[in-house]
Amino acid sequence: MTDASLEPTATLATTGLPMTGLPMTGLPTTGEAGMGDYLALLKPRVMSLVVFTALAGLVAAPGSMNPFLAFVAVLCIAVGGGASGALNMWWDADIDAVMRRTRDRPIPSGRVAPGEALALGLALAGFAVMMLGLAASQFAAGLLAFTIAFYAVVYTMWLKRRTPQNIVIGGLAGALPPLVGWAAATGGLAWPPVLMVALVFLWTPPHFWALALFVRGDYGRAKVPMLTETHGDRVTRNHILAYAFALAPVSLALAMSPVGGPITLGAGAMLGALFAQGSWVVWRRDEAASEADRFAAERRLFQLSLVYLFAHFAALMAEAALGTQWGT
Amino acid sequence: MAIKVEHEIHGRRRGRNLGVGLILVAFVAMIFGLTVVKVLNLGDIRGIEGFDHVAQPVTVPDLPAAGEGDS
Repeated sequence: MTDASLEPTATLATTGLPMTGLPMTGLPTTGEAGMGDYLALLKPRVMSLVVFTALAGLVAAPGSMNPFLAFVAVLCIAVGGGASGALNMWWDADIDAVMRRTRDRPIPSGRVAPGEALALGLALAGFAVMMLGLAASQFAAGLLAFTIAFYAVVYTMWLKRRTPQNIVIGGLAGALPPLVGWAAATGGLAWPPVLMVALVFLWTPPHFWALALFVRGDYGRAKVPMLTETHGDRVTRNHILAYAFALAPVSLALAMSPVGGPITLGAGAMLGALFAQGSWVVWRRDEAASEADRFAAERRLFQLSLVYLFAHFAALMAEAALGTQWGT
Repeated sequence: MAIKVEHEIHGRRRGRNLGVGLILVAFVAMIFGLTVVKVLNLGDIRGIEGFDHVAQPVTVPDLPAAGEGDS
């Protein structure tokens, strides 16, 4: 990686405004956003991960919860995740505007004003926390508030533009939903949901670094210090492999915990082997080989990482539904 | 005869208004549902009175001792 590639455009491609690292306030907007634009602000794809892992934490927890309260709790966690997304898009509108992947988002494209996104994010965050407090417990609501604040402030405002460890530390926000789900169901904490958090926490870096390997030009233009930009491909590939191996014992510990069972153990072993193998393939390649087949292995690893996480949490829910948890 | 021009912006506005309306209806339904569930889960109806309708001796200020303040 050369220094030249780290030189971003000094102004935003769409507006000519300087990149300040502060929320954009001078963007031209049509003021006529559709409902879909507001939904896009909530990052629905990230929300699906949040909902799924929170639901798994809630379902795997011991005891029973009224189905309506459980529905409201998961809805609140989803809305809290959406609020984080809106606050993230408000703050990051300047870098979203220069990245190919994100420049059509509602704020950089001018369909939603930055102030609207901020207001929506704050309102939804307050709504989600208060409603979760009413539906489940104050403790769960406090955890959700911490999660939103961690994502919006610690990750988005503080870490993202400062350190290549941004997604490592910031990944905690995305990892907490199963703990919030568990806390909503039980009112307290235990080791199994902490292991779920650890699994998502260790899964996040290789997932994003696999993506960064094939969209890295985007991050360079936006001046976001992803590991691929600051330390290059080789170090990123080393890190991916290290995290893939670090995931294995956590996956095993989760499978052996009271919420685990034969399904989780089998799925964890298979997925762990596949993920380690995929990471190994990515680790063995160099930049030239990757460019030759347009990052096919890196793209496969990214897709596999999605399957890895969803299958783990689906297995946990299956254990609870079938009554095959070790702890039952 | 009135001329009616339908612009794409009108469609977007209609969608937005409909969306806000649906969200408000869902919010009311959620609060209503929560209320029903919470009340039904009380089991004992006395629980609904909770704190307010129970004597709270600790909140009663100390009465002056006999003879105190008579002089």
